[in-house]
Amino acid sequence: MISDPNLIIGMERAEDAGVYKLSDELAIVQTLDFFTPIVDDPYTFGQVAVANALSDVYAMGGKPLTAMNIVCFPIKKMDISILQDILRGGLDKMREAEVVLVGGHSVEDNELKYGLSITGVIHPANVVLNTGAKAGDKLLLTKPLGTGIINTALKGGMADEEAVSKVIKCMVTLNRKASELMMEVEVHACTDVTGFGLLGHACEMIEGEDVGMVIYSSSVPLLPKTEEYAQMGLIPGGTIRNRDFRLPMIELAAEMSNERLLILFDAQTSGGLLISVPGQEADMLLHRMHEEGIEEAAIVGEVVDEPKGKIVVK
Amino acid sequence: MAEVDVRGFSCPIPVVKTKKAIEENPNEMVTVLVESAVSKENVSRLAQSKGYSVEVEETSDGYRLMLAPPKNRR
Repeated sequence: MISDPNLIIGMERAEDAGVYKLSDELAIVQTLDFFTPIVDDPYTFGQVAVANALSDVYAMGGKPLTAMNIVCFPIKKMDISILQDILRGGLDKMREAEVVLVGGHSVEDNELKYGLSITGVIHPANVVLNTGAKAGDKLLLTKPLGTGIINTALKGGMADEEAVSKVIKCMVTLNRKASELMMEVEVHACTDVTGFGLLGHACEMIEGEDVGMVIYSSSVPLLPKTEEYAQMGLIPGGTIRNRDFRLPMIELAAEMSNERLLILFDAQTSGGLLISVPGQEADMLLHRMHEEGIEEAAIVGEVVDEPKGKIVVK
Repeated sequence: MAEVDVRGFSCPIPVVKTKKAIEENPNEMVTVLVESAVSKENVSRLAQSKGYSVEVEETSDGYRLMLAPPKNRR
């Protein structure tokens, strides 16, 4: 692999985005994310894709500036108006985020995909990694869990309207405000909760580190109907694989249904930030988030000395 | 006795089809053929949430699930 003294975050770590130092005062943050539709409505899908792609920059404490569209589209079997709606949804979300679309690339493909490459800036000294959590920190989660399970119910035609409208609202919400508020306090670590689920990403935060975590399962905010759908078996394969992969790092300290544990591993699309901040700052940060309309933010756990490299789920 | 063959389908299709079979054949045994461990787990979960008991047999290409309805409704 090519090394470069200005490369602050590269491929060797499971970080949310790459960071490259341009000067002592300025680094660029780069990330790319694209996927197949998770909702039927093209405009909404465009919005979700942008919120999801920007999230990696927000998780590092960066400020996204520019975006490039990535499009795979089956032009022979799908109406072009669908693509127009996707791009319009994306553009509206970029406007909300004050990010400028500078270009993009499209290819013909059998399966529709949309996403973006995002470039942002950050002060090199202020990069927030997903490692660095310290014993005594509290863990804040800024969005409710359950997008994987509810989207599975939606695919199966079993989701009710309230659950669907809540899951969409959750997925299109930018992590921008949460990131800005986090940067106002002393933050030790942060990641965005996506495909590996809350516990999967929490595992990444402590793997090989000198600390462990306790997660209070009953404090974790959930989207409506998440538990009901989980009990009906509407659980994505990815969620089940997340659990199977990380189970050795989990210690169950309370009686808990299999479904409850699976929800904590549910693969999220455009999930919230999981932020590790010193205990004395956590309540203030939570209060600020609630004031600023991040209503479902909650303290969901803490960082502990022992057991190292493990997550105790209570 | 109803049979649902959802080999080759990924979630949530196995659950959706099993649910339909259970609803269309109340008080009957339902046999479900699935390919993956994920589908086995999810279909079992659905059946158990409806009070069914579940027996699992491994087959050459996956699992055969035998879902028995709750006894008090027989």
